Amino acid sequence: MSGAVPQPTEPVVPAPVDPVASLDRTGGYLGPTGAAAVAAAGRATPARWRLLLRRTTFWVGAGILLFWVVCAIFGYLFAPYSPLTQNLLLANIGPSSAHWFGTDPLGRDVLSRVITGARYILIITPLATILGTILGTALGLAMGYLGGAFDAVAGRLVEAVLALPFVIIAFMFVVALGPSVPVITVVIGLVFTPLIARTVRTAVLVERHMDYVPAARLLGENSSRVMFAEILPNVLPAILVEFTVRLGYAVFAVATLSFLGFGIQPPTPDWGADIAANYIGLPAGYWWQVLFPALAIASLVTGVILIADAIEQVLAS
Amino acid sequence: MSAESMASAPAAPAPADQALSVSHLDVTYRVRGQDRLALRDVSFQISRGESYGLVGESGSGKSTVALALVRYLPSNGRVSAGTISIDGLEPLSMGQGALRDLRARTVSMVYQEPGRALNPSIRVGRQIAEVFEIAGQSSGDAMASAEQMLRKVQISDPGRVMQRYPHQLSGGMAQRAVIAMALARSPTLLILDEPTTALDATVEAEVLDLVAALRQEFDTSVLFISHNLAVIAKMCDRVGVLYAGELLEQGPARAVFENPRHPYTVGLLRCIPRRGQRKDSDRLDTIPGFLPTPGHTLTGCIFAPRCALARDRCRQAEPPFFLVDEVRTSRCYFHEEAPDLPRATPAAVPELAHNGIGGAGLAGGADGAGLVAGTDGPLVVVEGLSKTFGGNVRALAGVDLSIQQGETLGLVGESGSGKTTLARVLLGLTAPDEGSVVTLDGKPLGPDARRRPREILRALQIVFQNPDSALNRRHTVRALISRPLSRLAGLSGSRLRDRLEELIASVRLEDRHLPLRPSQLSGGLKQRVAIARAFGARPEVVVCDEPTSALDVSVQAAILNLLADLQQTERATYLFISHDLGLVRYLSDRIVVLYLGRVMEVGPSETVFAGPHHPYTEALFSAVPSLDGQRPARIRLTGEIPSAADPPTGCVFHTRCPRKLTTGICESTEPPLHEDEPGHQIRCHIPLADLRELQRSQSVPFQGGS
Repeated sequence: MSGAVPQPTEPVVPAPVDPVASLDRTGGYLGPTGAAAVAAAGRATPARWRLLLRRTTFWVGAGILLFWVVCAIFGYLFAPYSPLTQNLLLANIGPSSAHWFGTDPLGRDVLSRVITGARYILIITPLATILGTILGTALGLAMGYLGGAFDAVAGRLVEAVLALPFVIIAFMFVVALGPSVPVITVVIGLVFTPLIARTVRTAVLVERHMDYVPAARLLGENSSRVMFAEILPNVLPAILVEFTVRLGYAVFAVATLSFLGFGIQPPTPDWGADIAANYIGLPAGYWWQVLFPALAIASLVTGVILIADAIEQVLAS
Repeated sequence: MSAESMASAPAAPAPADQALSVSHLDVTYRVRGQDRLALRDVSFQISRGESYGLVGESGSGKSTVALALVRYLPSNGRVSAGTISIDGLEPLSMGQGALRDLRARTVSMVYQEPGRALNPSIRVGRQIAEVFEIAGQSSGDAMASAEQMLRKVQISDPGRVMQRYPHQLSGGMAQRAVIAMALARSPTLLILDEPTTALDATVEAEVLDLVAALRQEFDTSVLFISHNLAVIAKMCDRVGVLYAGELLEQGPARAVFENPRHPYTVGLLRCIPRRGQRKDSDRLDTIPGFLPTPGHTLTGCIFAPRCALARDRCRQAEPPFFLVDEVRTSRCYFHEEAPDLPRATPAAVPELAHNGIGGAGLAGGADGAGLVAGTDGPLVVVEGLSKTFGGNVRALAGVDLSIQQGETLGLVGESGSGKTTLARVLLGLTAPDEGSVVTLDGKPLGPDARRRPREILRALQIVFQNPDSALNRRHTVRALISRPLSRLAGLSGSRLRDRLEELIASVRLEDRHLPLRPSQLSGGLKQRVAIARAFGARPEVVVCDEPTSALDVSVQAAILNLLADLQQTERATYLFISHDLGLVRYLSDRIVVLYLGRVMEVGPSETVFAGPHHPYTEALFSAVPSLDGQRPARIRLTGEIPSAADPPTGCVFHTRCPRKLTTGICESTEPPLHEDEPGHQIRCHIPLADLRELQRSQSVPFQGGS
C-alpha cells in the first residue's frame, strides 16, 4: 500500500523521473513516422480526431477524467455526508454499508472526502499545466530558433532549475508567499516551464532545418513571424502531447505538495493532505483512510495518461 | 496480333534452370482494413549469371518485388497469389529455419542506404567476418576472409577500413563494404535495390563498374532495381518495366530502350532530355495524368487513363502479354503502334509573349524595371568569393563568376564541391568571408538576407530541391503562394487575387488546389507550388537547387518544361544546380564546374560539352551512364572528393586526376584559368591543345544522358 503513496523522506516524483521520460518520448516522437504524423495532422483533417474517438484508451481515460470532474463540481451535492462534519464517536470505523470507505480519526466520512477532494486538484492541475506550457513553449521556441548565446545561457538556466528538487523550489515559494491555490498553481507552472521548453526546443531544432525557414526569410519575414506563424504550428502536436503528459505529472505534483503540507490546508478535503494526515494510522490497521485517497490520485493520473497516450498514438498513426 | 503472338504469360522454362523464377505474383497490402493490390500478375525469370533490371517510378512496386522474394514484406503485406522459385527453392512455402538459411546462403540484398545496412556500433571488419563465421570459419580465418573480400571490392587499404566504424566511411566506401558482405557467400542471386541512388555520379560509376566486374567473377545472377533507366541500360542484360504493380514490357535491355513497344516505356524515354535537345528549341514530352491510387479498381489496361493510344478495347479488358518477338513481351493491344505514340506535350517551344502572364503593373510598386533597366553588363557578378566554415573548412575559395540577364548558368560538381554554399551566399542565407564581392546589377549585396531591402529580396528567389521541406505543411497552397505577393510585391485585395490566378495558371495548377495543404498534393504539384512562390514577386534571379532530383522522371520533364517556359515569359535568370548533366545541358546557356570550392571550368554550355574538357569535367561526363548502352572509353575518378578542411596542394584536383602531369607542377602550383576560346576557360596545367588531342583520341563525346 505504501508503495502507492509518496514517502515523505524521498524526493518527490516529478523532477527526477521526468527528464528521462520526456527525452525518450521526444526522441520517439520526432522520428520519421513522427514527422509524417505531424505532416498529416493538419487542421483540415478532422478525421484525425475521429480516429481518437475510436480508441478505447481514450474513452476509458475520458470516462475517468469526467467522473472526477463531476465530483469536483457537484461533489458537495451528492456526497453522502458533509466532508467536514466530525463525529468522534464514529472515528476510525472500517468500510461498512453506512460508510463505504470507512471514517477517519475525526469520524469524517472518507468517501465524502474523496469525492469532494477532487475539487482543488482539478482546478490547480490544468491551470498550472497551461501556465507551464505557455511559458515553456515561448522559451523553447526562442531557444530553438534563436540558438546561439541565448540558447546557451537559457539552456544552462533550464538545467540549473531542473537540477533543483521540485520540493525545494516549492518550499521556498510557499514559505515566502504562504500556501494558497494561486501560489501552488504558479509554482507548479514555473517548475514545468523548463521541462516543456526543452521538449519544444528539440522539436523546433528539427523544424529549423527545414527549407521553409530560409524560404520565409527570403520573403522578408521577421523572426517572430517565423517562430509563431511558421514553426509553431508544426510543433503544436508535440506540445499537445507534452501538455497531456505533463497534466498527469501535475496531479502528482499537487498531491505531493499537499502531502508535504505545502498544498491545500486542512480541513479542506484533499487527497494528498488526507493521506498525510492518516498514514500514521496504517500500523494500527486503518488502511482505508490512506488507500482510497491514494486510489483516487492513481485513477486520476491513469485517466490523464490514457488520454495522452491515445492522442500520441493518433498523431503517430 | 495473331492468336499465336499472344501468351498468357511469358513461357516459363523449368524453374530449376533459373536462378530466379517468379510467376503470376500478386502482393497485397492491408491498409485500414482493406486489401490493396501492390503487385498484380508479375512474372519474370532470371537465368544463371544473368543480370535483370526492374525499372519503374516511385509507387510502381519495385521494392515490393525485392521484399516479397525473400519474404521480407512488412506485416500488413502478403503474397496473395503466384509462386517464387529461387535456385529451385520455394521461399513461399518455407519454414522460418529454411527461410533463414535461404537468406544466408542463396540470396543477398544490397539497399539504397549503406549507412542503414551496417550496424553503427560494430567495426566494419567484424561485420563482414560474421558472415564467414556463420559459414563455419574460425574467427581468425573469418577475419582473413573478410580482408580478402574487401580487397575484391577494391578497397585499397582493407586492414584500416576493417578497424573503422561505419560512420567513419564515406558513402561509396560503405556501399562497397555492404557489397562485400553480400557477395561473401557467393550467393546464387544478388538483389540490388537502388544501390547507387544515394551516391555521387562519380562514385556511382565506380560502384557500378565494381558490381559488373564482380558479377563476372562470382557468376552471380543479379536483380537490379532502379528508377534510373540509364543505369539499368548499363548494368542489365534484360529489363522489365514496372508500372503500378504490373510488368508492362520486358525484353533485352538494349532492344527495349532502343525500340520500346509499350506506350509507357515510350513516354518514359521521351521524358529524358537527349543530346541535342535544348530549351531554346525543344520541349520534353511528358506523361499526362497520375499513377492510379493504390487499391484502384480499374478495368482494362492499367495505363489506359494516361495513354494517348488507348481505345475502347483497352478500357474493357486487360491486355494479355503479347510476344513482340521471341524474347520480348509487351502488355499492350497496340504495341506495334507504340513507337508512334502521339506526344502529350508539343515539341515546339510555345509562342509565349514576354510577360504574357503578367499584365500591366502587377509587380505593384516594385516594378522590376527599376533594377535591370538598360544595363548591358552581367546581372550577377561574384568576385573572389570565399566561405570558410569553422575556421578551416574552405567551402568556397576565391570563386569568380558572372550571370548574364536572362541566361541560365548551370552549376555542376560532386557533393562537397560548394554548389549549394555558393547559392546560399548569393541569397543571403550564408554570409561569405570578408573581402568577397557579390553584386546584383552593379549594387553590392549584403551578407544577410534579414538585412537586405525588400527590393533585393524580391529580386533573388529560390526553388529548393525538396518541396516537402520547402513548403510549410501547415499552410494552404493559397497562403503559400499569396505570401510573396503581399510581402514582396506589395499587392492586396483584388490585385493580389488577380495575380494569384495568373500565377497558378502559369505553373498549371488549378483553383481546386488552393485550399489544399502540401500533404494532399503529389510531388510534382508540390514543386509547382514552390515554383509559383519563387516567381510570385517577379524575381530577376531564381536559384534552382536540384529542383527535380526528388521527382520521378515523368514529373521531372514537366517541371523542366515549366522552368523553360517561365524563363521565356518572365525573362528570369537562373542559377541551375544539378548533378544530372543531361538536365544541365538541356537548360543551361553557360556552365560552371566547381571542385572543392574552386571554378575548374567555365564556358558556354555546348562548348563545355564539346571539349576540350578539364580532366574533372571529363570525368564527370564519363561517369554518366548513357541510355544507348554504349560504353565510351572513359576516365574514372578514384576515391572521393578530399576534405575541404585540408585541400591538396597545387591543383586541388591532382590527387584524383587521371591526366596528372609527371613534371610535378600539378602538386606544387595551382594552375590559372586558361582561355580556350572567348568565354571558355579551363583551370589546368595541361595545354589546351594537348587536352583536346588526348580527349579526342581516348574518349567518345559525352552523350548527354541519351
